[in-house]
Amino acid sequence: MATEAAAAPLPIPAKEVRRASAGLWSDAVWRLRHDPTTLVAMAVMVLFVLVALGADFLAANFFHRAFSQQDILSAYDKPSAEEPWRWFGTDELGRSSVVRLLYGARVSLFIGGFGALTAFVIGITAGLTAGFFRGRWDDLIVWLVTTLNSIPTLYLLLIIGILWRLEPLPFALLLGGLGWLGICNFSRGQTIALREREYVLAARTVGCGPIRLMARHIAPNILPLMIVLAMIEVGQLILTESAISFIGFGIQPPTPSWGNMLTNATQYLSKAPWLIYPPGIAVVITVLCLYLVGDGLRDALDPRLRGAIGAKR
Amino acid sequence: MGRFIARRLIQAIPTLFGVLLITFLLSRLSPADPVKLMLAGNSEVTVEDRQRLMDALGLNDPLPLQFVKWLWQLAHGDFGQSIYYHRPALDLILERIPNSLQLSLLALLITLIVGVPLGVIAALRRGHVEDHAIRVVSVAGHAIPQFWLGLIFVLTFAVQNRWFPIGSMNVVGEDCTFCWDRVWHLMGPVLVLSIAGIANLPRILRTEVLEVISQDYVRTARSKGLKENVVVAVHILRNALIPVVTSFGGILVIFIGGSLIIERVFNWPGLGRLTFEAAVSKDYPVVQAGVVISSVLLIFSYLLRDITYAWVDPRIKVR
Repeated sequence: MATEAAAAPLPIPAKEVRRASAGLWSDAVWRLRHDPTTLVAMAVMVLFVLVALGADFLAANFFHRAFSQQDILSAYDKPSAEEPWRWFGTDELGRSSVVRLLYGARVSLFIGGFGALTAFVIGITAGLTAGFFRGRWDDLIVWLVTTLNSIPTLYLLLIIGILWRLEPLPFALLLGGLGWLGICNFSRGQTIALREREYVLAARTVGCGPIRLMARHIAPNILPLMIVLAMIEVGQLILTESAISFIGFGIQPPTPSWGNMLTNATQYLSKAPWLIYPPGIAVVITVLCLYLVGDGLRDALDPRLRGAIGAKR
Repeated sequence: MGRFIARRLIQAIPTLFGVLLITFLLSRLSPADPVKLMLAGNSEVTVEDRQRLMDALGLNDPLPLQFVKWLWQLAHGDFGQSIYYHRPALDLILERIPNSLQLSLLALLITLIVGVPLGVIAALRRGHVEDHAIRVVSVAGHAIPQFWLGLIFVLTFAVQNRWFPIGSMNVVGEDCTFCWDRVWHLMGPVLVLSIAGIANLPRILRTEVLEVISQDYVRTARSKGLKENVVVAVHILRNALIPVVTSFGGILVIFIGGSLIIERVFNWPGLGRLTFEAAVSKDYPVVQAGVVISSVLLIFSYLLRDITYAWVDPRIKVR
């Protein structure tokens, strides 16, 4: 934007012609289109999701290896550029690290995404209703949030991991069921502030019921920020999943996840050190991009930053 | 102050109750049958014997009664016997806690020593290279999994180069708390833990400093000719640090929760590794005690945080 202004001949043409006045969402899209960092991060995320979804296709047609295909003769092979499936080396059974990474992406991204969706739904429902109705219900929710906040998540997951062996879907639900606290706290606080506003009172006086008040008058105002929080939650859950799978109480082999690939890698640390890099770097890039997208979305969606284009921060 | 502490202590009771309730319910929902485990390999047991054993263990009582009985046991410090070590679970845990605290307190100290200057620099040099660099570091610190960072550390500095020990607290045969050997062993885990804190603290402090910097009293301090160092240290930092105290809660969560992973990576004999090893060998009483005690530690650190907050900012007490 700064370059545009610099290149423009004097007198400077009216700036506002560049777009029609817009609603929240189209405005956000306009803003995002002018934010290269966020766009790059989004593109990387889209690429990761596509690669994860197309894991079967890529494994069969490009790498010519299944994720569980063993080849003892080429065990502990260093990464090499010869054939695509050797790009990231092989593990102790001669399985291709890069193909396993693709399938791991599938599990990790699914758990992060679906878990965050669960957390979003629970968190916003609990937060909205608690902040709106207050009273006993509010006390109950606050108690639940404080309690769950007081148990270290990994310890809780450990105890659950001993008792049940979880498949990716229940595991995602479980992580979502533990990850809604932040979203709940935030939406509850916002709701408490918003329910005292005049327009809510006005809606109430014309006879809106509580559900309509929450859904039509309060929720739209807190939704954008909650989407940002959910985005960041995806990254958090991917980190949690990798940590608990790493110590062996999350996703169990043979299903590869980035976390349990690292468990495997630690056992052969001196023999095949290259195995610990790909899953770790995949987690870092994913979480980093999710943070950047979340950050960019917040700037794009937060109405309080309106009119401060170009003077971001 | 005494009244505030008392009120805060009372508020912690329902939380503790919730933690115990969840832990209890999880153990009862378990598909593993304790009687079956006890009688494993014994084929001469009749159905009546089983029933009598169930009765003796109180497993036929209604759930609420079992819960109350369990609470009564806990109140007497009885967390059950470790199946693996044949010792009271609580004793095992209490032995390990000092080791874990060593890690988290040192990591907290390093977080403060490094994080506070970084936060102030980021705010004072807002929009400059330093600010952006610190922002990048903190975002990266959030995105890198702690345990992976630990693994890289072990691989690079312990396996490929023998600069640091691979794990544990002391070299075999040596057993000391205040010696070079311990410092040498502490470095890896403390460094990795504190990076998580350093990712957090500067961002929070930066916001606070920016808030304080535009206050009238800061302008007054400057206009009466005080040196910039004095303005920063006395007028800005003292006020900006108050809300930062609350962020300690979050940082302690990371340290206490992270202990499970870090102690596994660095083979550090603390609460986390004990709980993990107990989980591997299905030593349920120890795992349960580990979860309860780590939660109690967490509740206690929240309490300590709130008391510190009220102490540095007396306005809080009124609320």
